[in-house]
Amino acid sequence: MSTAATHFRQTDPYKLGHGHGGGYSHRYATGHGEGGPASKRVVVGYGFWIFLLSDIIMFSAFFAAYAVLSREFAGGPTGRELFDLRGTALQTAVLLASSFTCGMATLAVEQRNQKWTQIALLITGLLGATFLLLEVREFTELVERGAGPTRSAFLSSFFALVGCHGIHVTVGLLWLGTMMAQFLAKGFRENIRHRYLCFSLFWHTLDIIWVALFSLVYLVGSLQ
Amino acid sequence: MLGKLTWNAIPWDQPIPLISAAVVGLALIGVLAWVVIKGHLPYLWREWITSVDHKRIGVMYITLALLMLFRGFIDAVMMRSQQAVAFQAAGYLPPEHYNQIFSAHGTIMIFFAAMPLVIGLMNFVVPLQLGIRDVAFPTLNSVSFWLTATGAALVNISLVVGEFARTGWLAYPPLSELQYSPGVGVDYYLWALQISGIGTLITGVNFVTTILKTRARGMSYLRMPMFCWTSLASNLLIVAAFPVLTATLAMLLLDRYVGFHFFTNEAGGNMMMFVNLIWVWGHPEVYILVLPAFGVFSEVISTFSGKPLFGYRSMVAATLFICLVSFLVWLHHFFTMGAGANVNTAFGIATTVIAVGTGVKIYNWLFTMYGGRIRFATPMLWSVAFIVTFVIGGMTGVLLAVPPADFQLHNSLFLVAHFHNVIIGAVLFAAFAGLTYWFPKAFGFRLHEGWGKAAFWLSVAGFYVVFMPLYLAGLMGMTRRLQHYVVPEWRPLMLIAAAGIVIMCAALACQIIQIVVSIRRREELRDETGDPWDGRSLEWATPSPPPVFNFAVLPNVQDQDAYWGIKQRAAESQGTASEPPEYRPIELPRNSATGFVTAFFATVTGFALIWHIWWLAILGLVAAYAVFVKFAWRDAEHYEIPAEEVERIDRPYREKLEGALGIQNSLRSLL
Repeated sequence: MSTAATHFRQTDPYKLGHGHGGGYSHRYATGHGEGGPASKRVVVGYGFWIFLLSDIIMFSAFFAAYAVLSREFAGGPTGRELFDLRGTALQTAVLLASSFTCGMATLAVEQRNQKWTQIALLITGLLGATFLLLEVREFTELVERGAGPTRSAFLSSFFALVGCHGIHVTVGLLWLGTMMAQFLAKGFRENIRHRYLCFSLFWHTLDIIWVALFSLVYLVGSLQ
Repeated sequence: MLGKLTWNAIPWDQPIPLISAAVVGLALIGVLAWVVIKGHLPYLWREWITSVDHKRIGVMYITLALLMLFRGFIDAVMMRSQQAVAFQAAGYLPPEHYNQIFSAHGTIMIFFAAMPLVIGLMNFVVPLQLGIRDVAFPTLNSVSFWLTATGAALVNISLVVGEFARTGWLAYPPLSELQYSPGVGVDYYLWALQISGIGTLITGVNFVTTILKTRARGMSYLRMPMFCWTSLASNLLIVAAFPVLTATLAMLLLDRYVGFHFFTNEAGGNMMMFVNLIWVWGHPEVYILVLPAFGVFSEVISTFSGKPLFGYRSMVAATLFICLVSFLVWLHHFFTMGAGANVNTAFGIATTVIAVGTGVKIYNWLFTMYGGRIRFATPMLWSVAFIVTFVIGGMTGVLLAVPPADFQLHNSLFLVAHFHNVIIGAVLFAAFAGLTYWFPKAFGFRLHEGWGKAAFWLSVAGFYVVFMPLYLAGLMGMTRRLQHYVVPEWRPLMLIAAAGIVIMCAALACQIIQIVVSIRRREELRDETGDPWDGRSLEWATPSPPPVFNFAVLPNVQDQDAYWGIKQRAAESQGTASEPPEYRPIELPRNSATGFVTAFFATVTGFALIWHIWWLAILGLVAAYAVFVKFAWRDAEHYEIPAEEVERIDRPYREKLEGALGIQNSLRSLL
């Protein structure tokens, strides 16, 4: 074994899995075991992850309700008659692209690059707004065709589930705007970066939920 | 302009709510006037309302809980007295009022008495036991508390403005749908729970993060006090279960406000889906309440037996086992739905299996006491009474878990007796044990033992006299929630239960007297050492009441019973080894009005939504966003206490402690 490799092993310069808090050896990794309190960044990120898990559980309740009611058409239109997969595919593309630009923004934040942070976040926001616009258009069309949420239990659960995701995106956009203003006004201060970490987690989670929505509601629904 | 709100919303023709509301209103105005005139308002604002200190928030939670416990108890007195007189008669409470009372009783007791009691104890105790300075997110903690207070406020406003739900505490559809409950009662219920539920969810996130990520150095998982373990399990359940409640109530709101068809009779709605979803939250909720109660008893029994907890690891395992299995039993609340023999059997077995985990705990507590040098102080008395009472409640629970038996007992008073048996016997007894146990830590003086013991004996006696007859009445076929009845065999049992509630009133009086007497005699009850019970965990390693930073120097944990170990080592070294520590400046979170202001706007928004005052609701939401931005914009989140100040606060305590340890050592050498 070369000296370099031995050296690497001994010092573990990247502190894989233990890289927060600084300076402690493996035994004293902070935040778990006996190492004492974790760093602020870990605590914030961890807490927000727990919140996101709870959010996903809330969605799972709406998914469960949809699963129960998805065939209760009450003589009204079915998913096959209503769902326009091309529109939904466009929505999916827009939302996934916004996650990509959100990732770019994360890189720009790491670089402390104000210009690219703002540009990437602006594009993320525009893509998010486009997604919302498409969703609102879909909803209005459905209501105009007499397939509003009050028509049948199937449509109630559909509108609630997809609408809940839409509300999350709306809140995300508000947060994103606030985030951009904060970067401009306060720079890349530590606590602002922690907030951005939470925001990006939130935004990516909305993507994950959309993937489930797209497959379980739209794809399966248009077969029924 | 004011939506559905008119002067007729106030029940001018019903004297009971009007008079009680007038009394409460006058009392509130009186207290407020006293606070303002005496000039206490700035102090209250600075030290309590805007405080993000977990100890202060814990005390506020418990104060709120005790007030709501009182309110819920009055509802209970009304129900028992109504059933005592309403034999072949109308009684004094008309049905629509009686229905509101039992709905309010359940809602208040679970959400605004039991939950804040448990969360209040966790707030006060967990960071101290973990050896840290605060929870992971102190400002959010304050938000949690004030949102809970919002929910409590909305439920109590419903007493005079409008009405409360007449649907029972879980508001099953289709009764709770707009068609059958057109009034605002169900809306009060829904918005109060939605808003306080958000607060509870934040608490869950906060405490899971605190316990898993911010323990003192050396505090490995298997050195955590049992109360921290059960709090962790309870908060994991909050994180996993409360979102389901939020979703379920949101669906009912959509049905009621915009004509969706989740749970309606028409258009394919499925009302049994509500019952399923609500119990997917509701059964874990039972364990959210009872697991911390188990934690309290573990601490108390171990301390007052002078022994480490027997079977610590099996206790941890049993806690996590219950935490997991609590999600697999929800259907036992409605075996009568008709899911079929196979489904019912599966859930019946899962339910009985939970009793195994609980059984492990019972034996561990018994063996902790076995061979110990037991001191029967008030907290220990509550714990012993709990073991006996809870075993009875647990066994009737196992009985109800047998589907064929449940078909007979479903919705009978047997069920009512069972869940009061476990909730009062575990959660309430634990709350009283915990309050007596940690009161000196919070306020610096002990509660008066004599009045505490009187309250204990009367409570236990009152409990048995009220609820044992209800088991019998249930077996004799009496269903729950009866406004009046005609069966003569039930009458004597209702009269005995009414006598029991009189005993409980006496117990309540003793509790109040105990607090008054203790405050008046606080000098003789003073706790000088910070360790009045010869405790074992870290909360006793700090003065009573603890300084704002909890620990002048963060402890380095070396044992399972951390403080016990420290005391043992000090005793071995004759108390001479401890050198004055190296004090450092301490950084603490700043006060924040965020929680209070958020809750204010949440109350406004909730009220506006209940009464369909749309402009006000929108205004409230915009204001909430503004508060969020304002909070995000502040620059200084922390302040620093200089090292000299830390030393000035800590040194006298340390000297006192060394004196006390010296005394202890000489006593030990005498024995």
